[in-house]
Amino acid sequence: MSSRVPLTYGKKVLELFRNPKNLGRIEDANAEAIAGSLACGDMIAIYLKIDESTEKIVDAKFESYGCAANIAAASILTEMVKGKTLQDSWKISWKDVSNELGGLPSVKYHCGVLAVGSLRRAIRAYYTNRAKPDWLSDELTQEEKHALEEEKLMEVLAKKAKRAML
Amino acid sequence: MTYSDLSRPIDELIKSHGLPEREVYLDHENSGLIFPEVLEIMDNTYRLSGKGHPSITHLMGWISYQALYEATTNIASAINCSPEEIVYTHSGTEANNLAIMGSSGLSSNRKKVLVSRIEHLSVIFPAEKLEKYGFKVIKIPVDEEGFVNLDFLSEHVDKETLIVSVAAINHEIGTIQDIKAIRDIVRDKDEGVLIHTDACDALGRIPLDMKKLDVDLASFSSHKVYGPKGVGALYVKEGVKLEPIIHGQLSTQKLWPGVENVPGIVGFSKAVEIMHRNFRENVLKMTDLRERLISSILNNIEHTLLNGPFGDKRAPDNVNISFLYCEGEALTVELSMKGIYVSSGSACTSRVLEPSHVLLAIGRKHEEAHGSLLMKVSPFHTTSDIEYVLEILPDTVRRIRSLSPIKPLRKVI
Ligand SMILES: Cc1ncc(COP(=O)(O)O)c(C=O)c1O
Repeated sequence: MSSRVPLTYGKKVLELFRNPKNLGRIEDANAEAIAGSLACGDMIAIYLKIDESTEKIVDAKFESYGCAANIAAASILTEMVKGKTLQDSWKISWKDVSNELGGLPSVKYHCGVLAVGSLRRAIRAYYTNRAKPDWLSDELTQEEKHALEEEKLMEVLAKKAKRAML
Repeated sequence: MTYSDLSRPIDELIKSHGLPEREVYLDHENSGLIFPEVLEIMDNTYRLSGKGHPSITHLMGWISYQALYEATTNIASAINCSPEEIVYTHSGTEANNLAIMGSSGLSSNRKKVLVSRIEHLSVIFPAEKLEKYGFKVIKIPVDEEGFVNLDFLSEHVDKETLIVSVAAINHEIGTIQDIKAIRDIVRDKDEGVLIHTDACDALGRIPLDMKKLDVDLASFSSHKVYGPKGVGALYVKEGVKLEPIIHGQLSTQKLWPGVENVPGIVGFSKAVEIMHRNFRENVLKMTDLRERLISSILNNIEHTLLNGPFGDKRAPDNVNISFLYCEGEALTVELSMKGIYVSSGSACTSRVLEPSHVLLAIGRKHEEAHGSLLMKVSPFHTTSDIEYVLEILPDTVRRIRSLSPIKPLRKVI
């Protein structure tokens, strides 16, 4: 059991929660992905518009179902990737996201993880019908694994709850 | 205490949040506001009658003992029991722990503990702790409104049962249990089973007469009746034996060592007196405010579900509604910026992946529980406060829903 303290978000989190940047969908996105689920209480969708010749992200948007930190993490990540190549975007870690937000409270690290997880899924999605570059690992990265684990765990918990009701 | 997250200045966050022009505090579940008369009497007690230790033989001790005695007589008369039957603790949590853990050392052949699945964690956790000492803990299921399954209770209670614990009113969804029916079922099976009710949320909301209710143990918490925080009490029926669970210098009472918080207890007693004196008026007022909130939200905001029963079987102060396609912590923070303070049963608020155990026990899906808001009206609120909340809430819900990748099928409000 852990203790509870109020979440001392940085003011950047509150600002982005209030006025999120890049909220919404991109209708002609050429890569998109979702991480998390409603059952987790945490879900991020990332939409990317990628210039095929330069492999640069020209536009990025997000939608998020989750707490203030979740919304801020997704929003800041779309800011961070705009204008970057896919290769450079792939290198962004959840810690970078947390740092950009002025440091997430430890119980909210997973919001940064989920945001990066959804971005990396979108980048993978982009390469499913294209030649895969060397820098794109076959093995799932830590953030992608975490997103997957959270989604699977929720399925188990939901089934358990259903069984307990019977 | 954990301060690790305070490496970042909290002032900055508070400043960025800003002070809302209008504030409506509806988070009485987590922390109750205090009656001004209570503050005043506590101030006086700190300065005058409550200076001394109530078990010491000198003038200050006698005066303090008298203040304690009067406060206790007052509470005893409000719940119709004798002053000897009241044990003070420093919170409702401690009263519940004393009831569950304090009964466990008594008998060697009663090794079964029955608690409802929707009890406060200060009942569930001590019960689960007893599992380590060889007790079998059975969680009584509840129906979709939170009423305990009486057939299940009847099937499982027997002469091996030590204690049965069911709260008179559930703290999250406001279900008013039929404690007398529970008592009769239990006594019918075996006279020796202890019956405990966590009455922290029931005091001042339903009539509570210990003689008529005839349970063995009942817990109370001062801040739940708008007294000071950090004061609680356990009613222990005459003849019922408990073992102390903490040890030290005993004071005026046998079950809770340490100096009594005399000013706090005097404040608690005053709050009980005010709630008792204005009982009918308060209940009518709170019920009216509750109904305004519930009916307006359910009628005007789509994709909402009331958690807990409708009408007379619901606590007069309790409003708990799931806003589907919304995450509760985001709603809580958004409302905070508008000066409306509520709490949520979402996983985010509890810092675990699982949302409220109460909402899951009544069959709510995870996503329904994540979008829940708990609001408790109080005698302090006015109709205009509630109107303000009703004015702000639809836009707040609309904005949080607009952020989400999953939208309701029909057009959102
Ligand atoms: C039903 C119930 N039991 C116990 C408690 C715990 O009381 P306290 O906050 O005084 O520890 C509360 C308070 O929230 C409650 O609502």
